[in-house]
Amino acid sequence: MSSGVDVDLKNLWIKFGDFVAVRDANVHINGGDFFSFLGGSGCGKTTILRAVSGFLDPAEGEILIGGNNMVGKGPNERPTALIFQNLALFPLMTVWENITFSLEVAGATLGERRKRADELLDMIALPDQGNKLPSQLSGGQKQRVAIARALCAEPDVLLLDEPLSALDLKLRHHMRAELREIQQRVGITFIYITHDQGEALTMSDNIAVMRTAVIDQIADGKSIYDDPSTSFVASFVGTNNLFRGKVTDISEGIATIDTNRSGTLRARVSTGATGKLGVGDDAMMFIRPEAFSIVDQKTETGTQIAANVQRSEFEGTSYNVYTEGNGGKEISVSVTNRGDAHMYDSGAALNLEFDPQRAVVVPAGELASE
Amino acid sequence: MILKEYFKTNGLMMGWILLGLTFFWIVMLIVLPQLYMFELSFHPHLPPPEMGGPNDYLTLENYKYLAFGAEGNPDGYNKVDLAVFIRTLTAAAFVTVVDLLLCYPIAYYLGQSTGGGFVRLLVLLLIIPYWINEILRAFAFKIIFGDSGVLNEFLMFFAVIDGPIDFIRANVALYAGLGYAYILLMIFPMYNVIESLDRNQIEAARDMGAPWWMIHKRIVIPYAKPGISSGCTMVFMLSAGALAAPQILGGPSSLWFTQLVYQWFNTGGNWPQAAAYAIVLLVACLIIVLSVMKLFKVNMGDIGK
Repeated sequence: MSSGVDVDLKNLWIKFGDFVAVRDANVHINGGDFFSFLGGSGCGKTTILRAVSGFLDPAEGEILIGGNNMVGKGPNERPTALIFQNLALFPLMTVWENITFSLEVAGATLGERRKRADELLDMIALPDQGNKLPSQLSGGQKQRVAIARALCAEPDVLLLDEPLSALDLKLRHHMRAELREIQQRVGITFIYITHDQGEALTMSDNIAVMRTAVIDQIADGKSIYDDPSTSFVASFVGTNNLFRGKVTDISEGIATIDTNRSGTLRARVSTGATGKLGVGDDAMMFIRPEAFSIVDQKTETGTQIAANVQRSEFEGTSYNVYTEGNGGKEISVSVTNRGDAHMYDSGAALNLEFDPQRAVVVPAGELASE
Repeated sequence: MILKEYFKTNGLMMGWILLGLTFFWIVMLIVLPQLYMFELSFHPHLPPPEMGGPNDYLTLENYKYLAFGAEGNPDGYNKVDLAVFIRTLTAAAFVTVVDLLLCYPIAYYLGQSTGGGFVRLLVLLLIIPYWINEILRAFAFKIIFGDSGVLNEFLMFFAVIDGPIDFIRANVALYAGLGYAYILLMIFPMYNVIESLDRNQIEAARDMGAPWWMIHKRIVIPYAKPGISSGCTMVFMLSAGALAAPQILGGPSSLWFTQLVYQWFNTGGNWPQAAAYAIVLLVACLIIVLSVMKLFKVNMGDIGK
């Protein structure tokens, strides 16, 4: 199998008439990476994938695969293979014919095709299933056949358009691991499109988070989660408590925010927002539910919020505690289940403490709508 | 079991009405008249009062006549009628193939294009000519293809030909007329099937480097097979059984087999003979259609799709 090939999008604009689907995207994807585009429906992530695969042409910009500009080349002339959302297996061809269709196109002999089909069927752990029709396979098996069919042409880049979305939850989780495992085995670049942050976080080396037509942040999963560059990323990935306010001071990367309803709080300025935030600016501060700890001692260092419990839920691995801060602000807290009881009575007064390093501040901006 | 479910969804009253109407349609309007014709074809030609009388008997002479002609025929075979029979079936097959080649691209375009308004307009434009009755359409073709018709005038004006071509005698007008008459019956079954073909499959094939002809050969045509066979069956059967178009557009020397049947019924007044000819045509068409279906591995159930 060919080893990883870099993919670069440079100043990429994609338009449908007057509608801008992708605005000035700049992405560098390392060869051999599992790279995800994460975003809500209609954000333009599938459009980017279709541009990379060659099904539509960008209005401006370059698409480089292994350093070669692909703009103007058809899907058949690019070293890419696309796995469709609905897989698009050919229903009237057997599994092995499906898998080796690219060889049939290339004019390979029946023997060559059969041999390659057997290799690939072994790889996806479906030996002896080659003579079945796709309709006789289960959802997960179809998934694997689609992967094998795409890999048969030995592409440099595999493009996946939400291929797991049709599966049930358990199978989806299983296929995540399997996809990642296949990717590491074949060592080629995977570009994965998803609206499911769990998929993006668990599988990817790097993730591009897309807001409408725009890429907000490109980073590994941990940075996306812990160090979001924009308010959109912070609110889109995972759950977050948002505090709006004005910056009163910034020193050594820690901003002091005069929040609207929760008093003065201190938090780290996000790496991506460094230099974009000044004293007096409107800011948004985000604290993850699991970043809080519940303490007895009250302090005045800008790292505590006094709140009253509204209700709590037990979720197995953790307790979700929904509280209301003294200023009327709703704050959710997640407490890890360590065996001791953490079901608080409604109305109980708590001190919610957080480490300012685990809270981030970004300039006020767009939020992800739920 | 199926019947129980059927009555549950339609209700007892409606269920019986629907069943009754279907039964009436099939038995009273199709099976019984055909059976009567079938039975009639084994009787001699008698004046009505003598039918069922002492002079009536069962015989194969009507069928023999088609094969061998009248008693004492020096040729041995009924060459004229048999030639008409073969020519009718060949021509109907030819019309079917031409219609298929003509309609497949149209059906594919209609079925796969996403532009709703324009496609609806195209379909409408295909349907509207069928509001005009068959006779008028046939005569319109006669005007187009006649000696001093539009086509000849046009070709001569641009000096493509020196003198008029006799399109009628060459049966061009007839084939064109028949082909045109059944275009919709070819397009719509194919269009219906192709419309449901997942576009991603075509894109997947393109992505894997398949040229356009291969996409059609391996993906679209296998998928559209039920529509293709249903369209071809209808066009073939109806062309072979057409009467008006051959009557009006056929050349002076070329008879259509249905015209022979018509002559036996009407001019000859020989109903048993006509029935025998019609039955032979029906059976021949059925055999051809079923063998072609077998050849291309099409199931009967697919036709109904």
